[in-house]
Amino acid sequence: MSGTAAAGHALDLRGLTRRYGTFTAVRGVSLRVERGQFLTLLGPSGSGKTTILMMVAGFVPPSEGQVLLDGADITPLPPERRHFGMVFQGYALFPHMTVAENVVFPLRVRGLGRAERDGKVRAALDLVQLSPFAERRPAQLSGGQQQRVALARALVFDPALLLLDEPLSALDKKLRAELQDELKALHRRVGRTFVNVTHDQDEALSLSDRVAILNHGRLVQFGAPAELYERPRTSFVADFLGKSNFLRGTVRGAQGGAAVLEAGATRIAQALPDGAALPSGAAALLSLRPEKIAVLAEGEGADTVVGGRIAAWSYLGADFALDVRTDDLGTLRVVLPSWRAPIRPAEGMAVRLGWTADAAVPVEEDAAA
Amino acid sequence: MNALRRDAGWWALLLPAFLLMTVLYVAPIVQVLAISVTEPQPGFGNYERLLTNAGVQRVIGTTLRVCAMTTALALLLGYALSYVIALARPAVQRYWLLVVLVPLWISVLVRAFAWVTLLRQQGLVNQGLQAVGLVDEPLRLVWNEFGIVVGMVHYMVPYAVLPMLAGMREIDPRLLAAARGLGASRRAAFLRVFLPLSLPGLVAAGVLVFIFSLGFYITPAILGGGKTLMAAEWIKLQILDLVRWGMGTMLATVLVVAILATLVLFSRVVDLNRLFGGARA
Ligand SMILES: Nc1ncnc2c1ncn2[C@@H]1O[C@H](COP(=O)(O)OP(=O)(O)O)[C@@H](O)[C@H]1O
Ligand SMILES: [Mg+2]
Repeated sequence: MSGTAAAGHALDLRGLTRRYGTFTAVRGVSLRVERGQFLTLLGPSGSGKTTILMMVAGFVPPSEGQVLLDGADITPLPPERRHFGMVFQGYALFPHMTVAENVVFPLRVRGLGRAERDGKVRAALDLVQLSPFAERRPAQLSGGQQQRVALARALVFDPALLLLDEPLSALDKKLRAELQDELKALHRRVGRTFVNVTHDQDEALSLSDRVAILNHGRLVQFGAPAELYERPRTSFVADFLGKSNFLRGTVRGAQGGAAVLEAGATRIAQALPDGAALPSGAAALLSLRPEKIAVLAEGEGADTVVGGRIAAWSYLGADFALDVRTDDLGTLRVVLPSWRAPIRPAEGMAVRLGWTADAAVPVEEDAAA
Repeated sequence: MNALRRDAGWWALLLPAFLLMTVLYVAPIVQVLAISVTEPQPGFGNYERLLTNAGVQRVIGTTLRVCAMTTALALLLGYALSYVIALARPAVQRYWLLVVLVPLWISVLVRAFAWVTLLRQQGLVNQGLQAVGLVDEPLRLVWNEFGIVVGMVHYMVPYAVLPMLAGMREIDPRLLAAARGLGASRRAAFLRVFLPLSLPGLVAAGVLVFIFSLGFYITPAILGGGKTLMAAEWIKLQILDLVRWGMGTMLATVLVVAILATLVLFSRVVDLNRLFGGARA
């Protein structure tokens, strides 16, 4: 753990495909992670995340495609020759060994000398703050501590990549948030390339430099967290990463980076960034985040304004969550900061909602969604 | 209070079985013990023979040697078999289990005679070896210790497999994958992870097979052909043919004590409850 920045390696996946009989678990996944980046594979259960990780680790041979490390094809290498650290789902700590013996295992099978081993094990245990527990068995540790042992064991031999399969999913909510921060700090400190698998969108957003969103074995979208959140390509991405309202309308007049959509009597002003085009007369689907909708005060205006009644609401401390029923756009979810909110919500209350032309983004409808 | 009464109820249910065991099992054993210190005259004369009589010593030596070899070989074969079964897919596992268990349903007598047929001078094995030209003279494969060990190992392998397989099935297969992922070769993953985790099952199987072998009668009697004597047959010889009750019961007592001692010794190493199929505490 020499802790030098950018000590990580770049990982390339090229057209990775894995079939089980006639069933295709992973379908043509290509992406690139730069040195020292934190990549998260995000998707619902069964979307092929673990299968991709296992192909990177070398446990599952791809049916098609390649895994490249710094440009070199490592697809035929067995797992023990790849030198990747791995934290398994459920940790897979060796129950017959103490914490220290677990952590020294990768060094021992590599035939390192005793002095070198001891130094590295001590450093790894210090890194995850487990030195006082070195002589305990895994069964005598809490879930969070076991997770840290698994991390120390995976990092102790300076792996080229660290692979993590749902490392936090077995923990309760509070601990998960704590370890999420620790994991992020750890990534900063060791400067390695991390590949993390999760189905938790908050974890993906807060930890990652890059997120790959998977559905039914396909890569749906790949990019930085903010990019995916602000500009989801499809309705699946918009819905899976955060909450989203979906607005349907017919395009009336699109020109110069702006369009007007018509939904019943409501006219929606929509900006079109990056030269995106919406053909006039076609049906379009917009994704609109709940926190980007404002509740308008008396006489206040916006690019798009729509009236409705509060069908349901709840107080979340920092925010109010409102479900506002409208005539033309269905029920819209609105998140309203509760500090100095312009209204005191009540069921049946009439409200005017508004948003700017750049608040919503046009998305494709997923075939399977 | 309620719990006490319920407990009393359970004990009442056990009472008939307890009485039956006492009358049919414990009482004769106590009697055997008694005879060994009363016949032909009161005292420990019979036990003195353990130290002075070369015949008794030879029988004990043969018994220990044959049992040790049987245990070692049954464990070796059984371990390999259990390993293959434990790592096989569930559908395949069922067939393997059937293959292991079927011999248990064939009479031990039939199996012993089958081995005699195979291993005798004009048997299939010797004929085959001569036909291939590996040997000129037929080998003496039966009516000696070799024949006994073959027959006993064949009988014991299923008893070795069952406790070991039970232990191996509790090993999380992901641990082996984890070991490989951390840089261990297949061999290192086996030696450092699988083997240590399967050790309790191995010890349990060893105790079970060894104790079982000590009291073996039919297989050694048939495959030994009366030339190689083991403890059980020697006891039968003393009592039924030579009518030396004192000597016969003396060795029987020694056998029982040896078995109990082995059990006590190993109960400190392994969980006996598990060895005999009980749930883990
Ligand atoms: N060994 C296997 N044999 C058959 N199907 C499998 C196997 N492994 C995974 N699958 C299937 O591939 C799909 C993706 O699995 P997985 O990668 O584990 O998903 P995730 O980790 O995203 O939940 C699932 O439908 C699963 O049933
Ligand atoms: Mg998974």
